[in-house]
Amino acid sequence: MTVLDYLYDLSNLVQAFANWLSTFAPGWVVYWVVGLIAVATTLLFAVNNTLAMNYIERKVIAHFQVRYGPNRAGPYGLLQPVADAVKILLKEPIIPAVADRPVFLLAPIAAFVPAIMPWAVIPFTPQMMVADLNVGVLYVFAMGSLATIPIFMAGWSSRNKFALLGAMRAVAQMVSYEVPLVLSIVGVVISAGTLSLRGIVEAQAVPYVIPQFLGFLVFFVAGLGELNRSPLDILEAESEIVAGYHTEYSGFMFILYYIAEYTHLWAYSAFITTFFLAGWRGPLLPPYVWFVLKMLFVAFLLIWLRATMPRLRIDQLLSLAWKFLLPVALVNVFVTAVGVFIFG
Amino acid sequence: MTLETQPVVINFGPQHPSTHGVFRLVLTVDGEVVIDAKMVLGYLHRGVEKLAEEKTYVQNITFTDRLDYLSAMSNNFAYVQAVEKLAGIAVPERAEYIRVIMAELQRIASHLMAMGTFFQDAGGWGGPLMYMFRDREKVLDLFEMACGQRLTCNYMRPGGVSMDLPPEFIPELKKFIPAMRAYLDEYEELIAENEIFKIRTRGVGILPKELAIDAGASGPVLRASGVRWDLRKDDTYSIYDRFDFDIPTGTVGDCYDRFMVRLQECRQSLRIIEQAVRDIPGGPWVNPGVRGNVWAPPGEAYAHVEGPKGELGFYLVSDGGVGPYRFKIRSPSYINLTALKEMTVGYKVADAIVILGSIDIVMGEVDR
Repeated sequence: MTVLDYLYDLSNLVQAFANWLSTFAPGWVVYWVVGLIAVATTLLFAVNNTLAMNYIERKVIAHFQVRYGPNRAGPYGLLQPVADAVKILLKEPIIPAVADRPVFLLAPIAAFVPAIMPWAVIPFTPQMMVADLNVGVLYVFAMGSLATIPIFMAGWSSRNKFALLGAMRAVAQMVSYEVPLVLSIVGVVISAGTLSLRGIVEAQAVPYVIPQFLGFLVFFVAGLGELNRSPLDILEAESEIVAGYHTEYSGFMFILYYIAEYTHLWAYSAFITTFFLAGWRGPLLPPYVWFVLKMLFVAFLLIWLRATMPRLRIDQLLSLAWKFLLPVALVNVFVTAVGVFIFG
Repeated sequence: MTLETQPVVINFGPQHPSTHGVFRLVLTVDGEVVIDAKMVLGYLHRGVEKLAEEKTYVQNITFTDRLDYLSAMSNNFAYVQAVEKLAGIAVPERAEYIRVIMAELQRIASHLMAMGTFFQDAGGWGGPLMYMFRDREKVLDLFEMACGQRLTCNYMRPGGVSMDLPPEFIPELKKFIPAMRAYLDEYEELIAENEIFKIRTRGVGILPKELAIDAGASGPVLRASGVRWDLRKDDTYSIYDRFDFDIPTGTVGDCYDRFMVRLQECRQSLRIIEQAVRDIPGGPWVNPGVRGNVWAPPGEAYAHVEGPKGELGFYLVSDGGVGPYRFKIRSPSYINLTALKEMTVGYKVADAIVILGSIDIVMGEVDR
């Protein structure tokens, strides 16, 4: 193995370390150490994206809006997210006197945990993943559904009308969008014949965005609804209900929401990359580089949408989910199933 | 089983991101549907009308700048006309042309802000608003060139304007007109053709023709309801009878119509400016007989202009002194707001914000 081989797939590096470790350590030590390395690096990658995405989003949107964006802290304003993070961390976390304390305090944590859970099954390369679950897709959507509950916890326990309105919208929206979101991926699962995320990528000789275009469309739009991203971001519509469910949160609790939101966004980019853009596959560059490049591309699409589109109203949003996305997703499932039945 | 529901009272403002200042709106909602709307005004009351009684006619011009701070020139225009009527002052030809150019430029600047913030109220993330800031900047540059001020211009005087246009003004203005036309086309494509924008604004906040008239609405709000009423044509003042322009009107009276009327009016303003630039004569820019303060004989006068927001009028009573005995402002934003409840009830919370944005209020003028 040369240095290039190690760089081509970083998991080779971990493998080499494990081999060296096993020469003198017992098996269970190796197992735990390697596992911890995998979890720690994945978590760092998932959570630290908040800083990067924060900067990228502000910079990109600024240029859409004929502005410069952050350019004071550090070269090209690169330290701006750090400065902001430090500033928010130094803020006093204020808990409203009428709030339901235990639920109010628990909600940010409950929001943060499901946001980082799906990262366990995301395959950056065939080897670079924490666990290759054979029910990976199911696991991913189960974790995605969990995100609804903390939002409602936050809105309800704040005893703030804006927060309550936001939470009310959140439940209506996320429950509705869950259905087309899950159905849209059924076509991919039928085509690939597996629920494992690694299996799905390996099955994509042609990226599924081409044969599964309808599925991609529904997944992309329903994902926006699930993520509460513009133009479907009604639960934190700042022109109507201020900051929605996290209106009353400040300091570190706010940061947890913020990280959860961006981690969701980043995970969503990873899902689209895995399910529709053939994951790590690509010429020349190392697989994980391809993976991250594709994720960045998806993230750019999201920012682009945010910079251009106004927001839908709640009734329009729900009718989009039930009257358009759901039928299209069902048609897609049907067509895919028939296609797979006939052509193999 | 029937579930019991309860209406909830939500308080928007006075500190709220989309109330355009310190406007307070108390909404009663049933779920997401607005069933009652109540405005609470007065958070920006400064007592301008009383203050003005203690100042001279010329000093009061600075107060008018600060009413609708997005259209200082139009405010100046209405006020100095009232003073001229009261004191019987003639205005030289060149000054009239300069005033019309300024008022129409101001209309464009004000409408740009109205359209940009309206898009933001509909949930857009500020892109078009920033483009409009960029273009409004060019108007403000022209103002700065003419009078040294950008927002609170304080440019017009009884009998004319405070100083002549600099020689580089007209060439710059000639460059501005085609550039602005191109930008307006771009906005029409970018905003008015946006599907989400259409479904958010079409059929929302309908103000029927009769109600609009009954409420005393004016300006784009009235014209969007299909009433062809524009003081520039219907009660011609200054030299507006010399220009050829159309009055854009809407058909339904919804938020989309109000937006489109504003967009079309910008085009018409450009037409007026084009003609004014072509015809502007030389000569004095202020009546040479008027220097410093103005004394008016006892009496009263009312003058109004078609401001960007609607009919802006000043009613002055003189007791023969150097300042007004009574100073009354008919502010269009305030009167257009009175129909807000009728426009809002029955729509969703999100619509209430869009409707408020479509009226285009400036709090400096609502509370005086």
